[in-house]
Amino acid sequence: MTALKPLLELRDVSVSFDGFWALKELNLSLRPGELRAVIGPNGAGKTTFLDVITGKLKPQRGDVFFRGSSLLGKSENQIARLGIGRKFQTPRVYQNLSPRRNLELAISGQSTPLQLLFGGLDGAARDRVQHLLAVVGLEEQAHRLAGGLSHGQKQWLEIAMLVAQDPDLLLVDEPVAGLSDAETERTADLLKRLAGEHTVLVIEHDMEFIRNLQAPVTVLHEGHVLCEGPMEQVQNDPRVIEVYLGSDADLETMEDH
Amino acid sequence: MNLFYDTLFNGLAIGSVLVLAALGLAVVFGLMGVINMAHGELMMLGAYTTFVVQNVFKAVLPESVFPIYILVAIPFAFLVSGLAGLLLEKTVVRRLYGRPLETLLATWGVSLILQQFVRSVSSAFAIGLLLAVAIGLFLPRLLVRVQLAPRWAGLKGTISWISAGLVGIGVASLLGEERSLDQPWFSARNLDVTAPSWLRGSIELGGVTMPTARLFIIALTILALWGVTWFLQKSVWGIRIRAVTQNRSMSDCLGIPTETVDALTFLIGSGLAGVAGVAVTLLGSVGPNLGGNYIVDCFMVVVLGGVGKLLGTVLAALGIGVISYVVGSGSLLLIWPAMPAGLNELITFFATTSMAKVLVFALIVLFLQVRPAGLFPPKGRMVEA
Amino acid sequence: MNSFPWLKAWRRWLPWLVLVVAALVLPIVLPPFRLNLLGRFLSLGIVALGIDLIWGYTGLLSLGQGIFFALGGYALGMHLQLGSLAPGQLPEFFGLYGVKSLPGFWQPFTSPLFTFFAIWIVPALVAGLLGYLVFRNRIKGVYFSILTQAALLVFFNFFNGQQKLINGTNGLKTDTAKVFGDLVGSDLVQKELFWLTVVLVVAAWWLCRWLTKGRFGDVLVAIRDDEPRLRFTGYNTTSYKTLVFAVAGALAGISGALYTVQSGIVSPQFMAVPFSIEMVIWVAVGGRGTLIGAVLGAVLINFAKSLVSEQLPETWLFIQGGLFLLVVTALPDGLLGWWWRREVKP
Repeated sequence: MTALKPLLELRDVSVSFDGFWALKELNLSLRPGELRAVIGPNGAGKTTFLDVITGKLKPQRGDVFFRGSSLLGKSENQIARLGIGRKFQTPRVYQNLSPRRNLELAISGQSTPLQLLFGGLDGAARDRVQHLLAVVGLEEQAHRLAGGLSHGQKQWLEIAMLVAQDPDLLLVDEPVAGLSDAETERTADLLKRLAGEHTVLVIEHDMEFIRNLQAPVTVLHEGHVLCEGPMEQVQNDPRVIEVYLGSDADLETMEDH
Repeated sequence: MNLFYDTLFNGLAIGSVLVLAALGLAVVFGLMGVINMAHGELMMLGAYTTFVVQNVFKAVLPESVFPIYILVAIPFAFLVSGLAGLLLEKTVVRRLYGRPLETLLATWGVSLILQQFVRSVSSAFAIGLLLAVAIGLFLPRLLVRVQLAPRWAGLKGTISWISAGLVGIGVASLLGEERSLDQPWFSARNLDVTAPSWLRGSIELGGVTMPTARLFIIALTILALWGVTWFLQKSVWGIRIRAVTQNRSMSDCLGIPTETVDALTFLIGSGLAGVAGVAVTLLGSVGPNLGGNYIVDCFMVVVLGGVGKLLGTVLAALGIGVISYVVGSGSLLLIWPAMPAGLNELITFFATTSMAKVLVFALIVLFLQVRPAGLFPPKGRMVEA
Repeated sequence: MNSFPWLKAWRRWLPWLVLVVAALVLPIVLPPFRLNLLGRFLSLGIVALGIDLIWGYTGLLSLGQGIFFALGGYALGMHLQLGSLAPGQLPEFFGLYGVKSLPGFWQPFTSPLFTFFAIWIVPALVAGLLGYLVFRNRIKGVYFSILTQAALLVFFNFFNGQQKLINGTNGLKTDTAKVFGDLVGSDLVQKELFWLTVVLVVAAWWLCRWLTKGRFGDVLVAIRDDEPRLRFTGYNTTSYKTLVFAVAGALAGISGALYTVQSGIVSPQFMAVPFSIEMVIWVAVGGRGTLIGAVLGAVLINFAKSLVSEQLPETWLFIQGGLFLLVVTALPDGLLGWWWRREVKP
C-alpha cells in the first residue's frame, strides 16, 4: 500500500486570520482507501483544515494536492466535482425539501441548469435514493420537509447525502455529535465499510467512536500535526496528554470512555 | 490650484452630509445586522423637528436668541428620531432579528407610514393615533384568554391592531368635525427652514469660498463621528454593545441585558438620523419625500464601506462625495481643458448630478468585483458559517 | 377535516376559481375602463411571477425589477412611436430638443420582429449581466437587495435625464400609435390586449411551474436554504442564480410591455424606487412560493389600490405600510399560504 501515491496531500499549509495562524505549516497525506481519524482540542484548526481542502479558504502559504494536482484556485463546486465530499459539523440539510429530494440533489451526477431541466433521474439513481433512505431509516419521513426532522435524523440524512454524492474522498466533521450510542455504532460501521473503496477522513471528539473505527489517528494542535499513529500509541504520547490536559472538558471525554 | 481646493472642499462638503446621513445606518447595520429602510424617514422627522423648533423660537422667544435655534434643534431632533426609532425597534424590528430581508420590507412599510403621517397629521389625527396605539398595545392582553381556530390564532394580533385602528380613525374623524383640530400641522407641500444669518454667509480662505452652512455641517459631522467613536470605545454601554455584536449568547450569559443593548443601539442609530435631518435643512427644503433622496446613497456608502469599521463608512462617503462632485460639476474639464475630444464628450455626458450617480454606481460595482465585502471586510471564522 | 374531503378540495381550488372567473366572466360584465384596469393588473402578475421565482423560491430579494419592467415597456414604446411614421419622419418629441436624426439605438426598433425579441431578451441580458457581476462575488442577502435598488435608481436617473435620447421624464406615449389600422388606445385593441395578457399570464405561470417543479426547482429552494452546502455538493450556484434572475428579468420585460400598451405610456416612473418594492409586496401578500399567489396578489392589491385611491387617497400609504408589516409579522406565507395551511390537530 505504501507504494501508492497519496490521494490527498497537504504541504506546509498555513492560514492566518488577522495575524492569528489557524494552520501552521500543516503537512498531511492520505493514501487511497485509507480511513483516518483526526482529533485535537478546540481551536486546533480542524474545521479550518477542511475549509482549505474544500476550497472555502485559500491558504496564505503551502499547497493542497488531490490525485497529484493542486486544488488551489479552484472553487468549492469544482473541488466537489473532482470527488471530494464534505459533511458539516452541525447538520446542514435543505430544510424546505423532503429527505428524498435532499438525496436526489446529492446523488445527481448532473449539476448544470440545463441538465436538471431536461434530464431526469435514471432508474438506478432512484433505486439508490430508495436504498439510502432505507439505510438511514427515513423511508417514513421521505416526503415530509427535512426541517422537521430530529437532530439525529438530520445527521443521518446528511451522512446519507454524502454517501449518495459518492465522492472518492469523504471529509466527515463530527458525524456522531448528538447521536445515540446505537446510532454512533452504526455510523462507525458505515464509515468502516466505506473505507477501502473510498478514502475517509473523520474529525470527531468522541474517543470511544474513534477507537471503534480502528483507524490511524492524527492529532492536530495549534494548527499543525502533533503526532500520528494508532489510537493506543497516540493516547499514551506525553505531548498529546499535555495538550489535552490544558482543557478539562476534553480530558473528561478521553477518560469517560 | 484654487480650482483644486474648491473642488476638494465641495466634494468633502457633499461627502460629509453623506457621512452624517449614513452614520446611523452604519451603526445599526454594522452592530445589529439590521437594514433600516425607514432611516431616511427618521432623517425627515429630524428635519421637521428643526422646523418646529424654529417656529417656536420665532413665536415665543426674543429675536436675539433666534440664531441659536439650530443648535437647540440638534438634541431635540436626536430625541424625536431616537424615540421614533426606539418605538420601531420595540414593536417591529425586535420580532424580526435574524431575518434581514423581512426587516427590510417591514421598515419600508414603516417608512411609507411615516411619510403619510407628516402629510396628514393634525391634532385630531394625533389623538386618534395615540388612542389606536394604546389600544393596539393593550388589547392583546385582554384577548389572551380568547381561543381561536388555529388558522385564525396567528392573526389575533393583527385583528386587534385593525380594530384599534378603526377606533382610532373613528375618534379622529369625530374630533375632526372641530375645525381647529382638523388643521394639518404641516402642509403636504415642502417647508422651508430659514437658516440663521450666521449660517448664510461664507468665508474666504486661500481663495476658496466656503459657505458657512457647509462648514457647519462638516463640523457637525466631525462632532457626531467623535461622539459615536467615544461612545462605542470608551463608555460602558458602548463596550456592552460591541460585546453583543461579537457574541450575543456569551454576552447574555455574562449578564449583559442584550435586549436593552439592542434598543439602545437602535435609539442611537435613529437619533443620528435625526441629527442628519437637522443638517439637511440647511441644504434644501423639507418635505415628506426628503428621506427618499438620501436613502439609496446611504446604502451605497454602507455597501462600499463594509460593516467592519466606521472608518470604512467615512472613507466611502467622502469618496462618493468627491467623485460625485468632480464628475457631476464637470470640474474635470476645467482642471484639464486640453482633454482629447472623445473623453471630453464622455465627461460632459456625465456632468449632471443625476448622471454622476450613474457613473458612481458603475464604479462601485467595479470596486466590488475586487473587494466584494467593501473597504473593511469582517474577517475570521465568524464570517458566514 | 378529513371526513370532509370536498372541503379540502374547496380550499385548494377556490383561488383558481377566483382567477378563472376574473379572466373569463369579467370581460363580459365589466365596462371597458374597468376591463382595461384588470388587464393592467393581470400583466403586473407576470412581473410578480418573476419575483416569486427569485425571491419566493431562491431567496433573492430584488428591489430593482422595475428596471426590467421599464426596459420591456420602452422597447415596445419605441417600436410603437416609430411604427406609424412615414419614412424619414421622426417621433414628435425629438423636434422639441432639436434632434434631427434618429439616434442609432432606435433604428432596429422599426422592425416588429426585433422588438418582439427585444422586449424580453434585452431585460434578460441586463439582468443576467448585473446578476452575474453580483453573484459571482458571493454578494447576497441584503447587499444584493441594496445593489438592485441602487441599480434601479441609476437607470431611473439615466432615462429621466436623457431627453434627447428617450424623451426623459415625459416618457413615450403609445395610445396614439396604430396596430393593424386601429389605435392602440381604442376599446377594440384594448380588449384584444386583455386576452393577450390572459394568455401570457397563463404561459408565464406554466413556465415558472415547469422551472420550479422538478430538480431545477429543488436547487432553487436549496440555494435559499443553504447555498454554501449546495456548492460543496458540486453545484455552481452562481450560474443558477444568474439564470433565474435573467428569467425573472425577461418576465418583467414582458409584463412591462403589456402594461405599457394598456396604460398608454411608458415613463421613467416605471423605475421609481417605491414601485419596485411594491411589486415585492404583491408577492408577499399573495403568498411567496405559491406561483398563483403572486398573480393573485398583484391583481388584488392593485385593485384595492385603485379603489382606495379613488375614495380616500391619503390613506393608501397607511394601508400599504400596514400590509408590509402584516405580511412579515403575521402572514409570512401570504394569503394563499394561510388559506392552504394544513390544520394541525392539537
